[in-house]
Amino acid sequence: MTAYPRWKIALVAIVLCLGIFLAVPNLFGEENALQLARDRAVVTDTDRAAVAQILKEKGVTPTGEFLDQGRLTLRFSTKQDQLKARDVIAEARPDQFTIALSQASRVPEWMRNLGLSPLKLGLDLRGGVYLVYQVDVAGAVKQLLDHHEQDFRASLRNARVIYQDVVVDYPSNRVRVLFRDADSFAKGRAAIVADNRNLNFTDTTVGGAPALELQLTPQEIKDRQDYAVQQNIVILRNRLNSPELAVSEPQVARQGVDRIAIQLPGLQNSAEVKKILGKTATLEFRMVDESNNPLEAAGTGRVPLGSKLYYTRDKQPVLLKREVVVTGDQLTDASFQPNTQEGPAVSVGLDSRGAAKMLKNTQENLGHLMAVVFIDRSREKNAEGVVVDRTTEEVINRATIRGVFSNNFNITGVNPIEGRELALLLRAGGLAAPLSPVEERAIGPTLGQENINKGVNAMVFGMLAAFIFMAIYYKVFGLIADLTLAANVVLLTALLSLLGAALTLPGIAAVVLTVGMAVDANILIYERIREELRNGVSPRAAISAGFDRAFSAIADSNVTAFIAGLVLWLFGAGAVRGFAVVLMLGIATSVFTAVMGSHALVQIIYGGRRKLERLSI
Amino acid sequence: MEFFHKVTRFPFMNTRKVWYGLSALLIIASIGLVTLRGLNLGVDFTGGVTVETNFPQAPNIESLRTALEKAGVANAQVQAFGSSRDILVRLPPDPNAKGDQIGAHILEVFGTVDPGVKLQSTAVVGPQVGQELFVKGGWALFATLVLILIYVLFRFTLKLACGAILAVLHDPICVVGFFALSQMTFDLTAIAAILAVIGYSLNDTVIVFDRIRERARTARKLTIAQVIDESINQTLSRTLMTKLVTLLVVLALLIFGGETLHAFSAALVIGILAGTYSSIYISAALALDFGLRTDDLLERKLTKPEEVDGLP
Repeated sequence: MTAYPRWKIALVAIVLCLGIFLAVPNLFGEENALQLARDRAVVTDTDRAAVAQILKEKGVTPTGEFLDQGRLTLRFSTKQDQLKARDVIAEARPDQFTIALSQASRVPEWMRNLGLSPLKLGLDLRGGVYLVYQVDVAGAVKQLLDHHEQDFRASLRNARVIYQDVVVDYPSNRVRVLFRDADSFAKGRAAIVADNRNLNFTDTTVGGAPALELQLTPQEIKDRQDYAVQQNIVILRNRLNSPELAVSEPQVARQGVDRIAIQLPGLQNSAEVKKILGKTATLEFRMVDESNNPLEAAGTGRVPLGSKLYYTRDKQPVLLKREVVVTGDQLTDASFQPNTQEGPAVSVGLDSRGAAKMLKNTQENLGHLMAVVFIDRSREKNAEGVVVDRTTEEVINRATIRGVFSNNFNITGVNPIEGRELALLLRAGGLAAPLSPVEERAIGPTLGQENINKGVNAMVFGMLAAFIFMAIYYKVFGLIADLTLAANVVLLTALLSLLGAALTLPGIAAVVLTVGMAVDANILIYERIREELRNGVSPRAAISAGFDRAFSAIADSNVTAFIAGLVLWLFGAGAVRGFAVVLMLGIATSVFTAVMGSHALVQIIYGGRRKLERLSI
Repeated sequence: MEFFHKVTRFPFMNTRKVWYGLSALLIIASIGLVTLRGLNLGVDFTGGVTVETNFPQAPNIESLRTALEKAGVANAQVQAFGSSRDILVRLPPDPNAKGDQIGAHILEVFGTVDPGVKLQSTAVVGPQVGQELFVKGGWALFATLVLILIYVLFRFTLKLACGAILAVLHDPICVVGFFALSQMTFDLTAIAAILAVIGYSLNDTVIVFDRIRERARTARKLTIAQVIDESINQTLSRTLMTKLVTLLVVLALLIFGGETLHAFSAALVIGILAGTYSSIYISAALALDFGLRTDDLLERKLTKPEEVDGLP
């Protein structure tokens, strides 16, 4: 027998140690926890210190705490501590945090800092609500065409050009400006192009008369659709962090071209969520009233005539003029520009109506402060069951007007983090394509626990059956196979924990199935060894030949199963994807453990013997 | 312990007409069942609402049905699933139905029959989504078959690849036939099971082919039919042992996995049985009838050169 190279044995040992290390966080178990999030902002280290101070004063000690993705998680040893801490924080810092009751792993912080975390459980195992929204992308494109139509009419009106009509053709995504004669066409063309330099027009004739045509390219349509979906995702994310909705770890992700999937673990009542997600948001630009003192107005409650009292996000009072400069529906785009001449800025685009008003306003108010107000509207039932509209308004930005501008301008004086957020908020508040729910699944927590128990039972009994069978049928080699099967499960757990892929009930089924695959690889090798022994080959040569010759069959069979997994992952949704991910990872780990792992063990057991006459197989 | 002390010598190739007949019968029966009885498509594919509830004691399903009718919930299917205490309500897709409300509403109605009832889960799938999922599932099956065909083509020859694909097609048809026969809910997890079955079945076929190629290169005196027979017999113990262990594991899923995995594991059991059968009796036999010759397997020198050098 050619000895199995030492470096391969070492490699197996290293991978296994790494696997155990990565899988260890799953052994710590869970504890009652609180998750603190801020409305439209992240929880900082300062907040963390402040919260720790509050809890210390009240004598509630968390057993652990960590900041992750802008949320602060505090763990408590008892349910009473958890509830007491929630009340204490809510009382000391009213309205500042969204506090959700949840469960968190007892993994120590140093492990967490190394990026180690336990397996995530899917909604079917922990209970919760799954929602899929359809974004009206066709409506978003239609909106864009309508915007262009209005802009063109405005340009022609301002240039005092006589035209026949502006026609929007929705199915073919086209806007045509019809003129009577060549003279007005030339003038009108110049006016429209001057106002819309970023658009590509073509000259054409309709019914013998000249016309100017704007045809959206497939890329422009796709961009517009992507933009609508992205925008809605931003809005939904923001709303899920709102104080009205105490959800721990909400997930919002795009699904396909025009869908958004939302996962809300631990939540039971989907009606509440849908109400909040269905809100509409918008924004306004207003001039700041610089002649009066906002603190005084807030203190006395007497607001000067012609002004209105607002608050910023950090609850600072601001006085703004009653007259609105530009509203959110006139906004066409907003993006963050990290490197302009004046430092980071948010670039804002307005349509022609907005641009005209902005031009007039900036000419008159150079050097004065202008503010952006974010308005969130929601419709809900109050305690008496009457439907009321609730509006939340807050000032998200104030900046000095430094120049005259119209349809395109920069908001400066923001830091990079604020700028990125402001751009998101401006876009989020501006145009949102309508959303409608198309799929909804809710799983109760008891069912989740039942599913876990059933999955674990199936796994334990299935593996036990395989273990016993292998040990009886292949004796020592069977025990080797059992060890590699156990290693396979450890490695698979490690990979899943590392990747943060959520484990679902179909995922557990996939784990059980990969146990089958791993057994298969072992059987292929052992049957081959037996065959060689029957042919009278020496034990060492039989082992060598068994591993060598079985490999091509193992590779072929696993590649085909992997293809099936890959296709499932590409085409599947939800539960099926969870199954596919685990299946693919499981195939990888099972090939590794069954081929390299068991060869290394065989080498360790039989390799050192001088004379090898019989194999226990 | 060893079940196969000697290599068996079953004449698979000479009896292949019998096995073709059996397969044809299975396929015709499956297609007949699907057309006559139809599939009990799950809410994933039809769209609509399912509400799962749990009762402290087994309720009278008829009284639940009348309670729902009285409360104005029309077209509701009420059935027990898993245990007699778990009651599933299914409603056809309705554009006006609100998922959260229908769940609460049904719970309220059931509460009049037994106040101890608990809501386990609700699912609301829009009819459009359902249709899309169905089409997507079909595409997934098709894409898997094509990709696997390409892989087998690359690794072996066209004749073997065709034999493999035809034999593999046989298995999902049997599984779908089983779903039509048992009227178990055919949903997304059933599609996942079918794809897993395709993977498994091909796995066996490929291992037999692997051996055929190896034998064809070393035993040049035998006819191709003899090579195939020998190869199937030589790999028989491996094929049956592997499937036995896999079946043990899948049976554990079937028994302990609960209602969610029930259809999935049942599909796997049927699929594994069909797959084992088709890879032993059908795939290589088809390749033989497509005119497979020893030369086909020698032309492609994909294996290591020393094996080729060792040829007589």
